[in-house]
Amino acid sequence: MSAQPPATVVGDVSGLPDTAMGPRSLVWWGTLGFMLIEGTAFLLAAAAYLYLRGQATTWPPSGHPPPDLTLGALFTVILLLSEIPNRWLAAKAKAQETRPVRLGIVVMSVLGIVLMAIRYLEFGRLNVNWDHDAYGSATWMLMILHATHVLTDLADTVVLGACIFTRKITASQFSDVNDNSFYWSFVVLTWLPIYALVYWGPRLL
Amino acid sequence: MRPLTPLALVLVLGGCAGRQSVLDPAGEQAATLHGLLGLMLIVCGIAYLLVLTFLAAALWRGRRRLNPEPAATSDDRQLNVGLTAWAGLMTLGIFALAAASFLVDRTLARHDEQAAGDIRVTGHQWWWRIEYRDPAGRGWIETANELHLPQGRPMRLEIRSADVIHSFWIPNLSGKIDMVPGRANHLTITPQRLGWVRGQCAEFCGVQHARMALEVKVDTPADYAAWLSGQARVAAPPQDPQAARGLALIATGTCGSCHSIRGAGPEARAAPDLTHLASRRSLAAGTLPMSRTALMGWITQPQALKPGAEMPASNLPPADVLAITRYLESLR
Amino acid sequence: MSVAATHDERLARTWGDAGGLWGFITTVDHKRIAARYIVLTIALLVLDGLLAIDMRLQLAFPALKRLEAQGYNESFSLHGSAMMFLVSVPVMEAMAIWLVPLMLGQRNMAFPRLNAFSFWMYLGGVLMLWVPHLANVTPDLGWFEYPPLSGPGYSPGHRADIWAQMITFTEVAALAASVNTFVTIMRMRPPGMTLARMPLFLWAMLITSLMTIFALPAVMLVTSMLISDRLVATHFFDAAMGGDVVLFQHIFWFFGHPEVYIIFIPALGFVAAITETFCRRTVFGYVPLVLSLVAIGVLAFGLWVHHMFAVGLPKLGASFYTAASLVIAIPAGIQIFCYIATLWSGRPRFATPLMWVLAFIVTFVIGGLSGVMTASAPLDLQLTDTYFVVAHLHYVLIGGAMFPLFGAFAYWYPKATGRLLSEAWGKVAFWLIVGGFNLGFFPMHLLGLMGMPRRIYTYPVETGWQPLNILASVGAAIAGVGAAVFVGNALVSLWRGRTAGPNPWGGATLEWATSSPPPPHNFDQIPVVSDLTPLWRDERQVMEGLADDHRELLLTTAIEARPDYRQQSPDPSIWPLLTALAVSAMFVGSIFTPWALVWGALPIGAAVTGWFWPKRRT
Repeated sequence: MSAQPPATVVGDVSGLPDTAMGPRSLVWWGTLGFMLIEGTAFLLAAAAYLYLRGQATTWPPSGHPPPDLTLGALFTVILLLSEIPNRWLAAKAKAQETRPVRLGIVVMSVLGIVLMAIRYLEFGRLNVNWDHDAYGSATWMLMILHATHVLTDLADTVVLGACIFTRKITASQFSDVNDNSFYWSFVVLTWLPIYALVYWGPRLL
Repeated sequence: MRPLTPLALVLVLGGCAGRQSVLDPAGEQAATLHGLLGLMLIVCGIAYLLVLTFLAAALWRGRRRLNPEPAATSDDRQLNVGLTAWAGLMTLGIFALAAASFLVDRTLARHDEQAAGDIRVTGHQWWWRIEYRDPAGRGWIETANELHLPQGRPMRLEIRSADVIHSFWIPNLSGKIDMVPGRANHLTITPQRLGWVRGQCAEFCGVQHARMALEVKVDTPADYAAWLSGQARVAAPPQDPQAARGLALIATGTCGSCHSIRGAGPEARAAPDLTHLASRRSLAAGTLPMSRTALMGWITQPQALKPGAEMPASNLPPADVLAITRYLESLR
Repeated sequence: MSVAATHDERLARTWGDAGGLWGFITTVDHKRIAARYIVLTIALLVLDGLLAIDMRLQLAFPALKRLEAQGYNESFSLHGSAMMFLVSVPVMEAMAIWLVPLMLGQRNMAFPRLNAFSFWMYLGGVLMLWVPHLANVTPDLGWFEYPPLSGPGYSPGHRADIWAQMITFTEVAALAASVNTFVTIMRMRPPGMTLARMPLFLWAMLITSLMTIFALPAVMLVTSMLISDRLVATHFFDAAMGGDVVLFQHIFWFFGHPEVYIIFIPALGFVAAITETFCRRTVFGYVPLVLSLVAIGVLAFGLWVHHMFAVGLPKLGASFYTAASLVIAIPAGIQIFCYIATLWSGRPRFATPLMWVLAFIVTFVIGGLSGVMTASAPLDLQLTDTYFVVAHLHYVLIGGAMFPLFGAFAYWYPKATGRLLSEAWGKVAFWLIVGGFNLGFFPMHLLGLMGMPRRIYTYPVETGWQPLNILASVGAAIAGVGAAVFVGNALVSLWRGRTAGPNPWGGATLEWATSSPPPPHNFDQIPVVSDLTPLWRDERQVMEGLADDHRELLLTTAIEARPDYRQQSPDPSIWPLLTALAVSAMFVGSIFTPWALVWGALPIGAAVTGWFWPKRRT
């Protein structure tokens, strides 16, 4: 057992800021962790889809028509375009500008609702049921995984919106809006391989 | 050291010979693997001794140190050399074992190439359907639960499952292969030693996984051919009135809804084929030795001997059970 | 002097909890959360040990019919599932939750409420397995229930769903804890603790948390696919409809193999910490040790097919996995060398923690070597699914993870409780456990080679397996007595142990710089480090400036650990518990109907909103 030597004070941190934005913020890192988890889940689901394709002689098996392209294409285009207001919102949040941020949140919420509506309709145009065969199960799995992410980010956006409209926006809330935009970009990015598999897999594989 | 005393003990108590043993190869594949096992034991044993020696030396050195200061790091240069040497030695050892493993794979593959595919085994909960290609060209001869193989000939078995995943394993003859529904696996066996060995299901397949064993007989090619032609014959007709009554009970009762007896009527395939039941050594996939009492007990109430088995109780009076048993005993 | 004391008192008040039940259910103190995790895992370890004794009795004297087929199958399923999902991984997470902030000189983890949430979800998992057991609906298909046996065709009822959903609970808990650990280590190191000056235990937890993030989604996905096959007639694992049972095995073992290293790597961190302190020198080979930990973490993801060598996959693929499975022995061997080298060049003191390290070396290496044997695909076809593998897995899990854990327990018990364990009783427990374990499990190598498959409740006497089974059961019983002594020592020492000061062992890392047990706020000032062994220096540097009237933490930069900003840290909160209850309701409901996913989302949404709604700062 040793008594500790006396301490020398070599710094004072009270002058440091009490919030941070982007990769400096703690919540950004938590969001990153969540993305790694969900990204891995997407990768494995995609791998399962490809594995089942490898086991089958034709794809789709049993002569289903592939999913209708129209709604999927519409969803993809709107989703990709939504990155524009998303990035704008992120920048405004970083700059801590109240009115643009409130506008941006409303725009993203509306876009999210529109996209969820399209997604709902897409399920009806997949031309196969989840319980028909393994192809149907895998297709629905990919679509449901992504839909869940759109839905949770939409819910997050709406709740954030409620927060920032009902009170003065704090620095920490600007940071949260910035992180939410970060997550939306992830939702957009992860759609692309899933779109390719679900809509083009049956046509090209 | 601590583990060595139990090792000595177990070698004494366990012994190496056995009818279901990896350590007593009775076929070429098992012999090849036995050799690899020996090599691995030697290499791993040496590695373990090296670790123990280094550890013992370190402890000895540590006990004798008198220097009160936390240890200087002058030893570290020596230890760095040691670490490099150890890493190099491990790499060599790993490489050697990988090469040995690869060579064994190639050897086993060569056996595969020479083998003839004449036997199909299908796993069921909790029994084995075994089908032999009829040498006279008339399709497949079906039996159950007892496998016969000719000595010296590489036999390629097609391995399937009718329900869940099982695993086909005869340790004295070769490594195991899973029986996977939806998939046809293959296993080559070249038995060398005449006589009986035992196999067992090695993938948990439900409540009676523990009682899914396989009796295996290795015959001379001549005996094998004779046995096979015997199995190809249809069932002998009943020799006396009691046996005839037994067959009648089978035909009118529930037995025929699952079992088959070629040439005597029942043709269902949900349960083991009984055409030559009495020629087999055991009953219910190695659960009981074949005997009159075993048969009567099994027919009366299978659940008492193998709870969970698919076969229901017969609900027949003992006289009927005896008649059925007398008939079945004649199915050699 | 009086100003400093008031400062410490204010810190203690700011970081302390309310008393009573409310304080209990709202705490976000990492030490309290870790304590509950650990107490629960020890209780489960005891229950699982009793299950094991029951199975060993049955196998020693099968004619006595202590357990029938169904009872035995439930026993090994419960034993394996609880050990793998409810004990081994959670106890390592719990040690990290307790130790990581202390070793970093911090007052809490990055996400304190997420920490509390992870415990409640873990508790949900424990209840999800054991309540059905009490109601006689025990899962009975092993700890990795392969379809089609676990599918809708062969497993009616809800046992398989209970197993699958229990996993979902525990994996949510583990993922939450891992993100927490990862971010804490990356952004909350003390000023001056660059990655090159980070104690090996923290490296181990950093790698483990990343591995968890990449591995656990696989088991969540595959168990959801299984429940989906059972509940809503999807066909992922249905060969007749284009599915494949082998797909289950691929995804499951993609998780399952890293899982065992997720259990093992924290144990290596314990070994490093204990060896350093009790050899009174920094561990030899810091760089090789870190690199070998990273190598193990990465390689672990490339081995999973070695659990499937008997399935009938192409031989060329199997050769690759043989090679990879052999190669991972090299970084493990480097670890062993470095610890022995530290003993060689240090001045060892043979207190109980160090003895557990020695037992680890002697025992784990046997497990590693039997693993080398099973790594060979052709030889594995004789070894897999037999008692040889049962021996191997227990040697690596008990020798490689549990022995270091018992050493860690003895090592850090004084810090956590303020009391020392009895060294004498500790040594009694040690010899009983280590001797009993080896006597119990070594014969199983031979039993496997003598043809005894896994998961069988009985066998004919003619096989000749009984004598070795009796020996194994005797060994297990001896280890059981040792475990009772160990737990007894822990309980009795709480009242009768000698008082421990801040640093009874002379350790070098930051957790020893505070009192035993630590105050609610852990440290009065922010420690600054300049090397690997801050407490072995003659001088001590600190920073000041964090508030003492509300909770805030110092965040530092990820690589250089320079002070970056002050993060406001949450007060105790009821929302983690409420959220966990909502999530649990959805998980349990979704065993019975898919609509639970829809309706269950609403309370979860409400709870999460309450959790994240910003509080007005007073």
